Order: sequence, then C-alpha cells, then structure tokens
Amino acid sequence: MIAALTPETLVLAALAVPSVAALLIPLFHRAPNLRETVTLAAAAALAVIVWSLLPHILAGVRPEVNLFRILPGVELAFQVEPLGMLFALVAGTLWLINSIYSIGYMRGNNEPRQTSYYVCFAIAIAATMGIAFAKNLFTLFVFYELLTVSTYPLVTHKGTPEAMRGGRIYLLLLLGTSMVLLLPAIIATGVFAGTLDFTPGGILAGKASPAILGLLLALYAFGIGKAALMPFHFWLPAAMVAPTPVSALLHAVAVVKAGVFTVLKVVIYVFGLDLLTNMGGTGWLIYVAAFTLIAASLIALRQDNLKARLAYSTVSQLSYIVLGALLASTTSVIGAGMHIAMHAAGKITLFFCAGAIYVAAHKTEVSELDGIGYRMPITMTAFLIGALSIIGVPPLGGAWSKWYLGLGAIDADQLFVVAILMISSLLNVAYLLSIVGRAFFILPSSEPAAVGSLSAARNEQGIAEAPLACLIALCATALISIALFFAAGSLEQLVRAALATPPLQEGIQQ
Amino acid sequence: MSSLEAHLPILQVLVPLVGALLTSFFRRGVFAWALALLACWACFVIAVWLLWTVMASGQPIAYVMGPWSVPQGIEYRVDVLNAFVLVLVTGVGAVVMPFAKRSVALEVDEHRQAWFYTMYLLCLAGLLGITVSGDAFNIFVFLEISSLSTYVLIALGRHRRGVLASYQYLIVGTMGATFYVIGVGLLYLVTGSLNLADIASRLGEAPVEFLRPIHAALAFLIVGICLKLALFPLHVWLPNAYAYAPSAATAFLAGTATKVAVYLLIRIFFSVFGFSISFEALPVADVLMVLSVAAMFLASLSAVFENHGKRMLAYSSVAQIGYITLGISLANQAGLTGSIVHLFNHAITKAGLFLALGAVFYRIGSLRISDFAGLGRKMPLTMATFVVGGLSLIGVPGTAGFISKWYLALGALERGYWPLLFLIVISSVIAIVYVGRVVEAAYFRETSSRAAEAREQPLSMLVPTLVLAAATIYFGIDTRASVDVAATAARMLLGGPQ
Repeated sequence: MIAALTPETLVLAALAVPSVAALLIPLFHRAPNLRETVTLAAAAALAVIVWSLLPHILAGVRPEVNLFRILPGVELAFQVEPLGMLFALVAGTLWLINSIYSIGYMRGNNEPRQTSYYVCFAIAIAATMGIAFAKNLFTLFVFYELLTVSTYPLVTHKGTPEAMRGGRIYLLLLLGTSMVLLLPAIIATGVFAGTLDFTPGGILAGKASPAILGLLLALYAFGIGKAALMPFHFWLPAAMVAPTPVSALLHAVAVVKAGVFTVLKVVIYVFGLDLLTNMGGTGWLIYVAAFTLIAASLIALRQDNLKARLAYSTVSQLSYIVLGALLASTTSVIGAGMHIAMHAAGKITLFFCAGAIYVAAHKTEVSELDGIGYRMPITMTAFLIGALSIIGVPPLGGAWSKWYLGLGAIDADQLFVVAILMISSLLNVAYLLSIVGRAFFILPSSEPAAVGSLSAARNEQGIAEAPLACLIALCATALISIALFFAAGSLEQLVRAALATPPLQEGIQQ
Repeated sequence: MSSLEAHLPILQVLVPLVGALLTSFFRRGVFAWALALLACWACFVIAVWLLWTVMASGQPIAYVMGPWSVPQGIEYRVDVLNAFVLVLVTGVGAVVMPFAKRSVALEVDEHRQAWFYTMYLLCLAGLLGITVSGDAFNIFVFLEISSLSTYVLIALGRHRRGVLASYQYLIVGTMGATFYVIGVGLLYLVTGSLNLADIASRLGEAPVEFLRPIHAALAFLIVGICLKLALFPLHVWLPNAYAYAPSAATAFLAGTATKVAVYLLIRIFFSVFGFSISFEALPVADVLMVLSVAAMFLASLSAVFENHGKRMLAYSSVAQIGYITLGISLANQAGLTGSIVHLFNHAITKAGLFLALGAVFYRIGSLRISDFAGLGRKMPLTMATFVVGGLSLIGVPGTAGFISKWYLALGALERGYWPLLFLIVISSVIAIVYVGRVVEAAYFRETSSRAAEAREQPLSMLVPTLVLAAATIYFGIDTRASVDVAATAARMLLGGPQ
C-alpha cells in the first residue's frame, strides 16, 4: 500500500505523522496504554514511510513539496536529497526503538507528566523531519528553532532547580547562537546569493568577497549551536538533566545530528566543496574543531557522572563530523555523512544502557558501577558494543566513518588531523572502556566483606536487568551498530550521491 | 450601498464618537458595554471595507468635509498606509471589547463602568481621527481627544497610583501636543496651508530663506510625536501608565495608541516633508537610529529586572517601539516594510500578552512575577497564549515577531550596516530572559498561595486572548495580508508624494 504512494505524498506523510500523533496523544491522557499505542503506531508508521522513500532517492528522484510562500522569495518548501534521506532514516528508525525504550523507562521510573513528555517528543521528531527534508535555509531554520523550543520542556521535565538551570542554559545558548549568528548568516546569504535554496555545487561562489565568505562560514559554524563546536557546547552537558530517553534520542541523535547535518548541508549545498577548498579562511575553523575534539574527550575522561561523560563524548564526536565537513574533500565529507549514522547507533546504545542502569540499579556515577556487569550482563554487553563502535573498532559501524575521515584528511593535505583522530580514539578507549572494565572486573566496593571470586559476587546479587522494553531497545541498537559495519557500502553510496553534481541537477528539473 | 461607501471615511470617526455620546447616558455598565461592543465591531467592518477598497483601486480615497474646497476645508484621505493602521486599531479595539466586560467589572468601580466605555470609544474615535485625517490641525484636535480620554482611562482603575500615573502622562502628553501644534503653526506660517498634501507640495517650492523655520517645524513635530510614541528617552510616562490602567485599557492602548503615533511620524517624515528634507538636511536618521538602538537594549534590560508583569511588558513595548523607529531611520524599502509590519505584528502580540496578564490579574489579583508560580498548571490556556506572545517578542520563526525582524535585518544589511544587523538580533535575545522568567515561574515553581485557587479564565475573556495568540501565529506563517500591504505602503511612501 505504502509502495503505491508517490514520493511527494511520503514526504508530507513523514511530516504529518508525528504532528498528528502530537495532537492525538493528549486525547488519551487518562488511558496510558492507548496513549503509548499512539506513539508506537506513529513511530512505526514513520519508520515505514522513511524506508519506503529510500528506493526513490536511490533511483535519483528528488521529491519536492512546496507548501506555501512565507515572504516574497522565501518559501516553506521541502525537497529530499540523499543526505536528508540518511538523516531521516536514522531519526525515523531510532524513534521507533526509542519509543519502546521510553515506555519501559518512564513507567519503570514512575515519571510525572508523561503525556506532555510524549507530545513534546512527537513535535521534536516532526521538527527533525522538517530539518531533514528542508529545501532551503529558511525552512531549515524554522524547524531548527522549533526543535529547540519543543525540546526545552523535555530538558526541564523533572522540574527541579537543577533542571531549570539546565533548561536556561539550553534555551539561551541554542536560541542565542541561532538568532545572533545563524540568522544573520542566512539573511546575508539571501542578500548575496539571491536565493536560499540548497543547490548542488553551492550558491555562494563568486557572490561575495573572500573576507565576507570567511565571516559567513564562521557565522554558520558557530551559529549552528546544535553542532556543539566549542565554546558553544555547554548546552549539551546541561541538557543531561532530561530523562534518559530524551538524552538518548534527542541529545545523541536528533538535536545534535540536526546541528552537524545543517553544517554538512551548508558546506555541500550553500558553499559547495570547490568554493570551500579555494576560498581559504577555513583553516582556523579546522583547528577549532580539532581542539573541540580533543578537549571534549579530555573533559569526558574526568567526568564521574555517566551521562555527563557520554555528553562530552558526544561533543567530541560531533566535531569529527564538523571537521570532516570543513576539510571539504569528497572522502572526508562522505566520512562525515556516514558518521551521522554510525555515531547515532553507537551513542544511543550507550545512553540506553545508562538509562537501564538508572532504572534497574538507580546508579548515575561511573564510580558506582563496580561489578554491575554481573547484575546486568545484557546491558553491559550492549554497552561494550556501543563503546567499541564509538572507538571505531571493526566489525562495528564506527570503524568505517573514521576510516573515511582519515582518508579525507590525507586528501585534504591535513596530516595533523590524522594524528588528532588517532589520539582521540585512544582517549575514547580510556573513557569508555574503563566503564566496561569496572563493570566486569572490579568487585562492588559496598561489599568489602566478599572475599570470594567474582562469580561468587555474581551469585550473591543475582541478575536484575531493566524492564524488558528497555532491553529490547538497547539490544536492537547494539545489533544495528554491528549491522552498519556490513551495510557501510550502501551508506557510502547514499552520501556519495549527495556530492554527485551533474545527475542531481537533472533530477531537480524534472 | 454605494452612497454609504462614499461616506466611509467620516463614518469611521463618527461611529465611535456618537457611540461615546450615547454610552455616557447609561448608568449601568452592561448596557454601555453592549453599545460599545457594537460600535467597535462596526468600526472594524468599516476599516476592513476601506482597506479593501483602497487595495482594489490602488488609489487613495479623498473625502472632503462640507462645501469647502480642499486647501481650506478639512480633507480625510485614506491610502494603503492609514487604511492598514485603521484595520489594526479597530481590530484591536474590537477584540479587546468582549474581554473588557468581566475585566472592567472587576477592576473599575461600578458607578464608573459606563464611563470606562465612553472613554474607550472616545479614545478610539480620537485615534481613528488622527489616522484618517489629512489636515494637520484636525489631527491635533483628535490627538487631544485621544489623549484626554486616555488620561481618564488610566485613572479609572481602583489603584490610586493610577491617578498619579495619569497625571504624569498628562503633563508629558500636553507637552507633546504643544510641540506638535507649534510645529503645525510654523508650517502654516511658511506654506499658508494646513492640508497635509497641500503642505507637501508647497514645501517643495519653498524659497531658501524659509528653510530655517521648516527645519524648526520638523524638529518640533518630531519631538512632539516622539513623546506620544514613547521613543527612548521620552518614554518615562509609559511604564506607569500601562501598569496602573485597568487591564482592558492597557491591552487596548498598548496595541493602538503608540502605533498611531508611529503612523503619524511616518506620515510627517515621508508624506509631508519628504525624504530629502526629513533625512538629508538634518541628521534625523542618525539620531533616530541611535535612540532606537538604545531603546532596544536599555528598555529590554529594564524589562529583565522588572518584577511587575505589566511594567515588564511596558518596558518591552518601549524596546519594540525601538525596532519600529529603527526601520523608519533606515528609510529603505525593506526597513520601512519591517517598520510598518512590526507596527502591526507588535500590536497584536502585545495586546494578546496584556490580555493574558489581565486574565491572570482577574484570577489571582496580583501581577508580581513571583505570584505567577504554578499558573502553567492552573491556567494552561492562558499561559500558553503568554508563551506564544513571548516567542513572538523574541522573534522565533513561526510567529509574527520573526517576520518583522527578518525585514529589519534585511533593511540593515541592504544599507551595509553589519553592526546594526547584529544589534537587532542580540537585543532580541534579551527578550528570552524576561519572557523566560515568567515561563519558569509559571511552569516550574511550586504553586504560589495566590495561584492555588486559580482556574482558567472565563470564556468571554479566553476567546479574545486566544484570538490574538492565534493571530500572532497566523501572521507569522501567512504573511500575505500583513507584509504585502506593508510593502505596498512602504513603496508608496518612498516613491515620493502620493
């Protein structure tokens, strides 16, 4: 049935399904099971929709939907290109898994205000789809801001003073950077280029002086605060006060990937790789990204709070993608695009595990996790898989994106970047595998009397895993991390299609 | 029908004026309210009709009073710009009216309630008269009508400080009116005419030795009008006046009074003196730009540190007026479009916000931000409308406020003023802080003792609040009605005398 729909209808459906879900969920406020059914049904429908869009995109179709004109020359319009397809696939698929996890987590924790939680979540996903399918910078900006505003209630969900403080930083930093830096950049792009449409090959070539272009690039790089380039990364650790499913899907996948996705879109479709390579002025931004990459890893190393450690790890991993985009060689951009999917699968697994540990054992600090592997073997095995993928060990997805990023750095004659990538991988090992090590090889310190072997400790405590819904979700994402290693070829093909200029333009004119 | 259509410009003023007269005969507030409601909505229909006619024909409507021919007699002249302002003023007036019934019943002593509606209609008549009239002295008369009725409106509340605020405004307002009339007098000396269009054409051929009085006239007019529109630093009367007036009056005045003054300023600059005298002979644009930016920042900062809800929004109004005058000082197509469209967008946004505050006051009897604690749960719809209005003040896309900022930024960039572009966006970030304070209190604090008993506002108040919030979103998405008209008006103003 879905196959019979035109790709244009599918695009609209991808936007409509989560929006309708957001409207329906409050109706079932008093019937939690029905309410969660709405979320699950919408998530399943969205997953089917985005996956059935994929064959069209691979066949070279670029479905386009022009909704309406907002201002003269500025339209709310959508067009699916390969990169957006990739982002939509990642977010759409993981929303389904995350919804299953959410139910286990929110009920397991008896969280308050679950209805508004699911509503905001659905709106955030709708906004993510809008970002993924945006045809022009303006549409992207509208949904970018909607994503910030709709996730603010999720960050402050707990309602504690700490949550309020986190929410304040979140809102001020994200809205602040986007309004003060990104919006002027978009307006200036419109004035210079005369259009805001994403166009293969870019729209800015020859339209402004190198100095202005350099300024614009910096405005974009820092203005897209969701990409968490230092010094505008504070919002991400602050957002960790949110319930873990929010951190998992939004602050490891949807929101942060919306940031780096926007950076990639700007690099590929607004500047164009040729212009970026030739214009100069990108060098210092590459250093900023490289600095963020290392510095965030070092900070992660010192975090005892598990979610904070994962958050800084995300900051660092996002810079891989920004770095890949700024290097502006074909290979590095492919690596950056692939890393969106690879990091998403790996990091969401890690967050799922962190949430599972919180639900089952009420532990939040790394130092409390001694021996937890014996109580929660499935969870910690999934954690290991996720961690290895982030580090980039074959046969896990993360290996490929780092491989391409490294090759891209060599292509771009930036050998120091290769060194940076290697150092960072070592740091990843240090801050992620140390957690696994504690979980499996150190005895719980709370029981100093236990002199026996580790297996004795295991027998005493017994297995106490998180609710089944949580387990299903974290196993699924761990398996995806493995599957991505073998699916890397098609992933690479998809991202490469975004860079292929000539056939694309024919597709647009159709 | 066509004979009625011919008299629409005068009916626009006569309907509220006669309505005011009739309401003054009533003793019971309810009857006065019903009559005022009818008059306000009739005005709105007339205004929409006028705008429709003007947009369709593309020609201004000229309406001459009595048997006197134009330069001597009083002429009413409706073009795209003032038809747009008429729709705005009558629209806000009409939407606030249903809200007023319960709100006024609570906030105004019973024997004064009929007076409230009389003054409301009188003020509306004055504002509409300023907008519709093409005669400089006639405008002065309406300016006084609207000002005097505003003083009464402010003083009608139960709060005794309202009397002081009203007195403060009276002194400043009288100074403004005096400056205006001195300016008009100087223009009359030079040109021998009071008709705006006639003055404009005679100014063009004025001999060189008259330049000095012309500049003096311009200076007097600007200062006089800027007192009325509360341009920083002539804004000191505004926060108290807004804070202590009855809620319905605040919402009405915030959406209309300063906007009509801004209209008058635009009219004087572009239609009467023309671009060359207004902006080239005197450093008016530079001064206006500096003061606008100062308003955007200093008034926004004042709002951040304000603990009284209405005063906070009042300071925010001063800041937002800064955006409007900034667009005027840019004096290019995008900037002026931004100005005119922000006139409209800010009016509906701010009127909606003041209505939401009026509803809060109706339920909890306080407007201290700390007393808002927990209202997000007790009055969910009211606070949702407040959030929508707040997002529009910040300029989040999808709300009306974003559209105007987009044009102002475009206008700044077209002039090549990069720093100004950043000042516009940075100042709007300050709004996040003051809006955020209310949102945090309403949604995240423990319910305050005052809010504990609160429930959603009554339907007659809720509907107008929701209508304005919906309009705030609607005009952020479908801008054909607002931006296209504003752009047409800006083109007309910049294209020299009409």
